[in-house]
Amino acid sequence: MGSAISETPETSDLPSLRTPLSDAAETGLKIVVVGGFGVGKTTLVRSVSEIRPLNTEEVMTQAGVGVDETRQVAAKTTTTVAFDFGRISLNTRMVLYLFGAPGQERFWFLWDRLFSGTLGAVVLVDTRRMDESWYAIDRLEHHRTPFVVAVNRFDDEPDRYSLDEIRQALALPAHVPLVDCDARVRSSGKDVLITLVDHLYELAMAQEMTP
Amino acid sequence: MTRRPVDTGDPDRLYTITGGRSRADDAFDLVTLIVSESAPTSGMQSEHTRILDLCRHPTAVVEVAAEMRLPITVVRILLGDLLAMGRITARHPPAPRSLAALPDSALLKEVLHGLRNL
Repeated sequence: MGSAISETPETSDLPSLRTPLSDAAETGLKIVVVGGFGVGKTTLVRSVSEIRPLNTEEVMTQAGVGVDETRQVAAKTTTTVAFDFGRISLNTRMVLYLFGAPGQERFWFLWDRLFSGTLGAVVLVDTRRMDESWYAIDRLEHHRTPFVVAVNRFDDEPDRYSLDEIRQALALPAHVPLVDCDARVRSSGKDVLITLVDHLYELAMAQEMTP
Repeated sequence: MTRRPVDTGDPDRLYTITGGRSRADDAFDLVTLIVSESAPTSGMQSEHTRILDLCRHPTAVVEVAAEMRLPITVVRILLGDLLAMGRITARHPPAPRSLAALPDSALLKEVLHGLRNL
């Protein structure tokens, strides 16, 4: 990736060769990929998406949103959060949207508004900047959103940490799946998603067994 | 990826599009699928026309926003108008049974199946 701040406007006004969904499509689902800047969120979304990833923004221009509520001021704040997304048609009725979302602090107060009802999340980690993942993990736990952690392996890693070392560095509980991936490779990206949904399935089964 | 400009730089224009409204209908999730129920008619607001064209096949709210290069909130307001006019229908995602509740295992099994078949 590394192009998240390139503002090169693509002025092609072609209807972007949209591939429409099946007319029977009725259920939209979402999975969110969270991670720091340049960690490869868009790359992962692109590698598994059936459409070229699209980009959109949510703008909040309201008084008293999130942190501002505590300030007792009626100041109007504007917060813009940009995110990329891709799409996977699972069958003729179900379509999965994958959202690449920034891990920064200002983004999280939009979580409920944008990503409530997400099946789960993938935290994408770059071992060279692991501290950027702590906040995301903490927030997901806070929102009680189930997640898995995927380590995007870069070729130029000076020291290759083992998954055990990474688990320790992230203080990741044993029940949270942690896997290696190469976000550029479709099969690898697909495996990350399968790991997440497998995890969710086990959690759901456990919950359903509990009276 | 190439970042397409989202029309956020001109609040006045957005204000005009929504007729001054800034509160959106929260009924539209990002992945709610929108389907047009009629063709656009002449004299319709151009954004409404565009949405009806885009949604001839089911299209998620977030795709409508990206295609129109408008913020999600603005699109939700426009969709609320069209829904009230009976011009579109909305296919909502499954509602979580409670906050922090997991989706049911049958649905997840179907998702897994779909992913494995990719």
